[in-house]
Amino acid sequence: MSLATPFDPHLDEPEPPLYAARKQIYPQAVKGHYRRIKWLILIATLGVYYFLPFVRWDRGPNAPSQAVLIDLPHRRAFFFFIEIWPQEVYYLTGILIVAALILFLMNAMAGRVWCGYLCPQTVWTDLFMAVERLIEGDRRERMHRDAQPMNLETFSLKLLKHSVWLLLAWWMGGVWVLYFADAPTLVKDLATFRAEPIAYVSIAVLTFTTYTFAGLMREQVCLYMCPWPRIQAALTDEHALNVTYRYDRGEPRMSLKKAVHAREISEPAGDCIDCQQCVAVCPTGVDIRNGSDLGCIQCGLCIDACDEVMKKIDRPVRLIAYDTDVNIKRRQSGLNEIFRPIRSRTVLYMVLIALIGGVMAYALATRSPFTVSVIHDRNPIFVKLSDGHIRNGFTVRIANMMMEPRVFTLDVDGLHEAHIEIIGGEGLIDDKPSITVGADQTRELRVLVRAGVDDDKESEPAHLEFTIRDETDGHVAKVQDFFRTPHSVH
Amino acid sequence: MQDNAAKPANDKKASVGTTGHEWDGIQELNTPLPRWWLWTLYATIIWAFAYWIAYPAIPLVSSFTKGALGWSSREAVVADVRDLQTLRGPMTAKIEATSLAEIESTPELLSFARAQGAAAFAVNCSTCHGAGAQGAKGYPNLNDDDWLWGGTVDAIHLTLQHGIRWDADKDTRASMMPAFGRDGILKPNEISATADYVRSLSDLPVEKGADLALGATVFAANCAACHGEKGEGLQDVGAPKLNDKIWLYGSDKALLIERMTLGGGGVMPAWSARLDAPTVKSLAVYVHTLGGGQ
Repeated sequence: MSLATPFDPHLDEPEPPLYAARKQIYPQAVKGHYRRIKWLILIATLGVYYFLPFVRWDRGPNAPSQAVLIDLPHRRAFFFFIEIWPQEVYYLTGILIVAALILFLMNAMAGRVWCGYLCPQTVWTDLFMAVERLIEGDRRERMHRDAQPMNLETFSLKLLKHSVWLLLAWWMGGVWVLYFADAPTLVKDLATFRAEPIAYVSIAVLTFTTYTFAGLMREQVCLYMCPWPRIQAALTDEHALNVTYRYDRGEPRMSLKKAVHAREISEPAGDCIDCQQCVAVCPTGVDIRNGSDLGCIQCGLCIDACDEVMKKIDRPVRLIAYDTDVNIKRRQSGLNEIFRPIRSRTVLYMVLIALIGGVMAYALATRSPFTVSVIHDRNPIFVKLSDGHIRNGFTVRIANMMMEPRVFTLDVDGLHEAHIEIIGGEGLIDDKPSITVGADQTRELRVLVRAGVDDDKESEPAHLEFTIRDETDGHVAKVQDFFRTPHSVH
Repeated sequence: MQDNAAKPANDKKASVGTTGHEWDGIQELNTPLPRWWLWTLYATIIWAFAYWIAYPAIPLVSSFTKGALGWSSREAVVADVRDLQTLRGPMTAKIEATSLAEIESTPELLSFARAQGAAAFAVNCSTCHGAGAQGAKGYPNLNDDDWLWGGTVDAIHLTLQHGIRWDADKDTRASMMPAFGRDGILKPNEISATADYVRSLSDLPVEKGADLALGATVFAANCAACHGEKGEGLQDVGAPKLNDKIWLYGSDKALLIERMTLGGGGVMPAWSARLDAPTVKSLAVYVHTLGGGQ
């Protein structure tokens, strides 16, 4: 444990505990500017979450009409006018990268905006705390009640609270599954107990996690489970706005009476009257006056609480505010405040976001309505026919990403007098073999290409090019491959 | 950090204390883990024990602890296979009820039969015919257009069902090339001349001074009955074409002499005794659609 030497003065002290019980936090209700923003964001985000599955989007008769749907059995994801196939999962990768960069940008601009306002953990915890306040009363009332031995009233209030929490958690999980199946149908099936077991299991798991995380664990999730606070600390800099206690104004802190007296005799007196309101309202139990803290989710509620006090004692508001360390130092040295939203870090993030977003938008706009992949037979690489011709076999996969069946023709270029055939083909269009691929489906074809070989000299395998033409709208895809013979070297 | 005088002391050292550990002047704050974290650890340990008891876990000398739930991976596989068969049931029934030609003209049935055929081929046929049905010396390549006993899907199906020279199946097809050399039917010089003559049928170069006239006479008298006047072969008796570019045992003169000396023919098992009817049908479709089917 310790590298203590026999002379270590700590040797006689008892070993400190490795584990500590959690300190219950009783956040106090607060009103103000940032609280209002938080309410609005809560309503907006939960509103989107709850109503999005019910938004309809007409995609024709062969496709689901739900605007946002992840169709796992059919391996499709729908987002309004976009349909993503499993092999296009790089769009998801792109979205995740852009999301991470936006997170970094938000952090470089104004600290943990995500943590304080947008994170589902914060939003649901906020909602659960509001329920708690409504049922059990505000901070002092709850502290008082919890200090008393359990009685019937406390028990029934707590029972009510946990019931409402469970209901909210169940509703959260219940809506989650609606993103994975046709929402109105699933709601009906769930209500009549005819839905798939996995739906009920998912709801149960999400009910449990939501109830545990938002109701019971709260700030523990942010402090001990979430990696972002650690990463965030490494990504921030001195120009990022953070919820900051302006100690240049607040210190030396003293009671109001003493402060008034000190000012009368022209002695230094800070605006902080040590009323602890900023600590009382904090959902994670942080004292912001100790500087930036891993536990501070920067929700700004302490700003609201402090402003209220400042108004009452007739001092300027925003003793706690979104500010930077740089400005505190500058004010202390009598310099002007500076704000530098444009700096190399933010420019880099914005350029990367624009770049990746642009690439993704371009890829999406120029996305082919069908994709083709060709695999040359590995064994046998070529087949010698009885008349001396050589045949190569290919597996061709055509994915028709449109919502109606389409007819494709296959052609091959680059070989002298080549003949192409599709096993199970449907006859010829312009002398080219054709095949129908169903709406929103992939079809795997066995394709045979036959050609004569002129001489016995060793040579490189001949290049050939497949042309796959959509006979419905003339779209063309070309795929390169090789034609191998007994004489080809590789 | 020129002026820290006005900054409140963020004195965690005073509030939480240190662990007493000190390395080169760096001290460690005592920030204890939450106790629920410890309980989570205990819960996982309990979970591990529960798992240990519920599932097969400990190897014994000749067996293992079976676990309270009685779960076994072997039974799970059996159940999975059963589920799969149930899932495929309707398609298998369709394959059984549909004619081979119709299977090939129905995209849904064709892709099912090809998939099932490919799997059955890998298990049962690839040992001799190769993983890609490319064949080997004495074992026909099934990709090409040269068929010993017929290359229509029905002929392939027949071959699969009853085999070739497979005595256990009374409907098997058999023929035997005589051992012209070993049994003394032909003299060595006659065999040599015939080998040259056979090579000339498909425009392969012949040895200098070869007696093609003798070869032609011997061929007409001894070989043409099965292999045809011009070596065009006869599928009814499984006699290979001798005038094309495909050679079952090779086209070297020495190899041709060897065949004529020893005679005989390849053997293929009858599969209807080992595989169910839909699988044999799927195999026929798979082989037929490899590319050489007629």
